[in-house]
Amino acid sequence: MSLVAEEIASRVLERALSHGGDFAELFCEERRGFSLSIDESRIERPQFGSERGAGIRVIDGEVTRFAHVDGLAEDDLIRAAEGLAGALGGNPAKVLALRAAAPPDLQEIDLDPASVAAGRKADILRELDERARSAGPEVAQASASYAEGRRAVAVFNSEGLQASDDRTRVRLGVQVVARKNGSVETGFETLGEHRGFELLDGDPARIADEAAGKAITLLGADPAPAGEMTVVVGKGFGGVLFHEMTGHGLEADAVQKGASVYADRMGDRVAEPLLNAYDDGTMPHEWGTGAIDDEGTPSHKTAVIQEGRLTSYLYDRLRARRDDVESTGNGRRSSFRDLPIPRMTNTYIEPGDADPEAIIAEVDRGFYAVSFGGGQVEPATGDFVFGVSEGYLIEGGRVTAPCRGATLIGNCLQALARIDAVGSDFEMKTGFCGKSGQTAPVGTGQGHVRIRGITVGGTAV
Amino acid sequence: MSELGGVAGRAAEAATSAGASDAEVWAEGGRSREVRVHGGEVESLTEASGRGVGIRAWIGSRTGYAYGTDLSDAGLAELADAAVGAAHVADEDESSAAPDPAGDPVEIPGLHDVGVASTETTRVIDLAKRVERAALDRDERVTAVEEVVYVDEDSTAAIASTRGVSGTFSASVAYAFLQAMATEGSEVQTGLGFGVARSPAGLDPDQIGVEAGDEASSMLGATKPESRSCPVVLSDRVAASFAGFVGGAVSADDVQRGRSPFADRLGEEVASAALVIADDGTDPGGLASAPFDGEGTPRGRTPLLGEGRLLAYLHDSYTARRAGGTSTGNAARASYRSAPSVSPSNLMIEPGELTFDQLLERAGDGVYVTEVAGLHSGVNPVTGRYSVGASGRAIRGGELAEPLREFTIAGDLLGTLAAVDAVGSRARWVPFGGSVHSAPLLVGEIAVGGA
Repeated sequence: MSLVAEEIASRVLERALSHGGDFAELFCEERRGFSLSIDESRIERPQFGSERGAGIRVIDGEVTRFAHVDGLAEDDLIRAAEGLAGALGGNPAKVLALRAAAPPDLQEIDLDPASVAAGRKADILRELDERARSAGPEVAQASASYAEGRRAVAVFNSEGLQASDDRTRVRLGVQVVARKNGSVETGFETLGEHRGFELLDGDPARIADEAAGKAITLLGADPAPAGEMTVVVGKGFGGVLFHEMTGHGLEADAVQKGASVYADRMGDRVAEPLLNAYDDGTMPHEWGTGAIDDEGTPSHKTAVIQEGRLTSYLYDRLRARRDDVESTGNGRRSSFRDLPIPRMTNTYIEPGDADPEAIIAEVDRGFYAVSFGGGQVEPATGDFVFGVSEGYLIEGGRVTAPCRGATLIGNCLQALARIDAVGSDFEMKTGFCGKSGQTAPVGTGQGHVRIRGITVGGTAV
Repeated sequence: MSELGGVAGRAAEAATSAGASDAEVWAEGGRSREVRVHGGEVESLTEASGRGVGIRAWIGSRTGYAYGTDLSDAGLAELADAAVGAAHVADEDESSAAPDPAGDPVEIPGLHDVGVASTETTRVIDLAKRVERAALDRDERVTAVEEVVYVDEDSTAAIASTRGVSGTFSASVAYAFLQAMATEGSEVQTGLGFGVARSPAGLDPDQIGVEAGDEASSMLGATKPESRSCPVVLSDRVAASFAGFVGGAVSADDVQRGRSPFADRLGEEVASAALVIADDGTDPGGLASAPFDGEGTPRGRTPLLGEGRLLAYLHDSYTARRAGGTSTGNAARASYRSAPSVSPSNLMIEPGELTFDQLLERAGDGVYVTEVAGLHSGVNPVTGRYSVGASGRAIRGGELAEPLREFTIAGDLLGTLAAVDAVGSRARWVPFGGSVHSAPLLVGEIAVGGA
């Protein structure tokens, strides 16, 4: 679908540079979504949303001027462009003729979720609810949500670029509360991809079994230990650890301000040679995948760590220009209301050759962090923290008692250097990453990974 | 009637035409401005305008929601159809009904300050630069500021419903924050500073910058503390996050669904008598203050914790009907893009008797926590358990000592509330954990996880 005509885009760009400036860009977007939840076995909160709008930016030297408007009416776009140009006092700058857009390399969508009757979505939620509630007498509460979104974007810039993308994402989430003898635990699981409704073919309700299993297991859990120990991090969402402790520090905006512990470390050994890691926006159907980023740069597979050496930062156009390199296709934005900033897409540690069971068997006393509720990092200092949603003690090379309330805390460079085993198993998981008030869908992944010496913050002091 | 009020009224009619038995519409419009400054230069400058509308439609006791940005008659008709279509998907819920008018809007003095619109962009750029300067000049070890962000907004909201709810109000806000970096050798530490007001004139750029500079430089040389349980003083910023945790747990929706540590505890002893907290959506200084909430119900004041007891839950019209009570005016809307749901407005921690120095003295030996991280993953709102990353200072002999970082504080909400020993005498507005008028807290014992 075409959001705005090429002629209109050209006129807007010309107007934006009518008083000078180095670069102008028009980003147009249409997004439609539907979400629904089940709670107390009742289908509720059905919600449709639709938005259209545009963001226009003019870069003049080091200053970015940005305006955004709701709607795609030509008059509104021109007015916004003139407002930006009005702040500059120079002569018109050149706008190159828009080149024909290459057809975007879209993810194949078999069944547009918007074309599926809402009743079917409600039925899937009912099935999740039933499965969760039948997992055991301990299950006291279950709730689940369904969300679909379609985001069509078109980018035009004064260098003649014209590009578009059309992204469809579907996601299920389920939360289970289990109770027994006054103890309360929760379990959460998700399923999401850059894919059509066919994602939910098969047995999507299996995630309800998994969430219920986590909550029930934790009912017998002891308080997590506190102190420094060897930690084995689970596959899949365990990759959020790498996302936080390394990925954010590689985003070029933080690097260029010296607000990253990875600044000035390009080419340095930052990990054991067994570690290879990528940011890859081209992975088929993954949550952070797209044909282009939100500046029109085709998605890339970027090797960020090769054999333990730092090999690339993650760039958008603006920061790439400053470092005199090409954008790595990481210029992403929450919506037309936001400026693009360097963001991860799908970030993962490449599978290694260690047997996941052996990784655990070699640990005499440690902690097994199967999955996280989320995490946070301060790139400038490298300090990070993660909430463990499912964790166990490792004793004598065996996974033993479940633990609740654990947090992992540490420093990026130290923890990264202490990864001494990477499993041959692999899984990608979905997440939402927040930065500078913007949210982006990102994929995280890895096999089992072992870190020698990281602080577990629990209540058993 | 304002233009947005007209939109809301037309959208409600459109929903009725589309088959809704009742409808409620929230329309919103406004403009905003953002300046980012780094290294004494403007990095980016954003000017924006936007408007949109959200329709909540009922078919009997089924309800659905739709929002959009197309305010033309055709756009509203499409949205009304979508809202009614959504309602058809929902199951019946006897507690769900369109709210009736619930009284006159509250007057909030100074809610809309013309200073936002009348202050030229060059002036707010200067303000942002001065914030940065203040941080850099504070201590020579403060070597950079990641960026200073200044934002101001003017917005108007209108509500209309088929039950006769109607109203409109305008509000303004201006805020600035920064992250300063202090360096010594190869070590880097960061510090945060912020200020919030109704207009740029209400911000003190020097104070904002100094707060960040002081925090960053005071953290240099920080080490990891020993793991132990000890007295902990929570800074007003951290106390605000805890208050936000409480505010979420007393919101009736999760309480009624059995997902709150406060469920079935009304009137019971749940906290130390030293801790008094109220929700107040009418305080002129509070960013969440408004004449009415997201359903048109007047904002009010609701005491939550006092004399150690849980005094009330926060309600919107749905949870109130379900509980057989009345709404406390706590239907929140993040924007027109979300249906209203029950949430705190401004949380007010009642200041105590002790100065900050007296709190430290009373703590004796312990930890002063100035920052917590990982709240969204480290806090379990269902069980009340938390384990979050923290940084701060050691307290020795009743005085602040060496900086500490890379540790955790962990416990459960009710245990921590019961262990609050004293509240500091100086309170200020903190925009973390929602909007909180916060003061430092001395907690008798919290588990600190470090080396």
